[in-house]
Amino acid sequence: MDTAVTTETEGSVWGGGNRPLGASYGKLMMWFFIVSDALTFSGFLCAYGFSRFKFIETWPIADEVFTHVPFFHGNFPMYYVAFMTFVLIMSSVTMVLAVDAGHRMMKNKVIIYLFLTIIGGAIFVGSQAWEWATFIRGDYGAVETRGGRILQFVNADTGERAALAEFAATIPDERAEHERKNGIWFREEGSLTTYTVNEVVEGFRSNPNILIRTETINENGEKTLLDRKQSLERIKDAKLVVEGANLIRNEYGSRLFADFFFFITGFHGFHVFSGVVFNIIIFFNVILGTYERRGHYEMVEKVGLYWHFVDLVWVFVFTFFYLV
Amino acid sequence: MGHEHKLEIFRGLVKFKSNVTKIWGVLIFLSIVTAIEVALGITKPDFLVGTYFIGMKLLNWIFIILTLVKAYYITWDFMHMRDEKSNLRRAVVWTPIFLVSYLILILLFEADYIYNVFKDGFVTWNF
Repeated sequence: MDTAVTTETEGSVWGGGNRPLGASYGKLMMWFFIVSDALTFSGFLCAYGFSRFKFIETWPIADEVFTHVPFFHGNFPMYYVAFMTFVLIMSSVTMVLAVDAGHRMMKNKVIIYLFLTIIGGAIFVGSQAWEWATFIRGDYGAVETRGGRILQFVNADTGERAALAEFAATIPDERAEHERKNGIWFREEGSLTTYTVNEVVEGFRSNPNILIRTETINENGEKTLLDRKQSLERIKDAKLVVEGANLIRNEYGSRLFADFFFFITGFHGFHVFSGVVFNIIIFFNVILGTYERRGHYEMVEKVGLYWHFVDLVWVFVFTFFYLV
Repeated sequence: MGHEHKLEIFRGLVKFKSNVTKIWGVLIFLSIVTAIEVALGITKPDFLVGTYFIGMKLLNWIFIILTLVKAYYITWDFMHMRDEKSNLRRAVVWTPIFLVSYLILILLFEADYIYNVFKDGFVTWNF
């Protein structure tokens, strides 16, 4: 786009007429931002790789963590993330179509395509929120040992994961959640788990068909399943019941796994959210005819660059969090 | 760059009639690549999982290469890098590639070292 101010020094190299990059100021600055932001995301993903290689034998298997699809029950690894990826790529396409329509000064087409882009972005952010909620809620529950290892449970008959609710005993006790209104006003504790460690351990002892699955990945790429004797030995280390995920511990395995999940997908989700906000601002500007009067739609192109970049980052997050 | 777009992809193997058809063509290509990734991720063919190449499963190599392919087409066709001057293209592309390659190299080596310390050293962590 020829938006740079043309002066009489045009053509004179020492007069500043040289344009080695051939791009307008605004676009160049967007590229600067994208490169620095790409390095930030690379830093996060490399840190994830670092932690993963450090705990390569015990890292959670993504296929076993992200198995849910909204409105459907059952085990569907990857399908929903694949859908999210497709939505984001699709919204990238509508964005690039909006840019293309802008080049040809077709205002109404820009409006339609920008609108579709905003819808796509909103679906993606909503999906990510759902993904987070499912991740935080958890589904089977696990116990943590003294050393911070996660022990999961498997039903020996079916080979399927066993939820705590399937076997935990009920031991009546007096333990109530400590709230602010009781005792010293500034002290409170996090919500109590559905079952206490004793209930889980007792239930485990009285159900001979429940086995323990450790974090360690065996040579077949699966989590190690202990036999009943080993399991009874291992359950003695149980210290805490873990349901779902938070920033301190999670039922899926390594603590860092949930931390990186929240941090990287959260940072990306924040980018998508900002992108949607930018798109909405631009959308109204287009409707008001701001760019029609300005004579060019370069602003759509610049915001489009940002939007594609968000898509680009997701392609990498998708690979390193869900596939590899 | 103005309104001219380079309309061929795959090194001239496919040439589109207009920018809009090129966009749809790239979308189809990206969707196919994603579908392949998801299909491989769900089926996990044994020979890809069992074969190792430079310390990584062949399947993971395929995922990473396909990701880079997707990144290339998003940058080149959606972000119009194909139509930019080579100076801009090289400045934007090679700077992160150089820095990130170095970061990957150094962090993964270090992580592998720490893994071996946990494994072979006198550190108790599994209790």
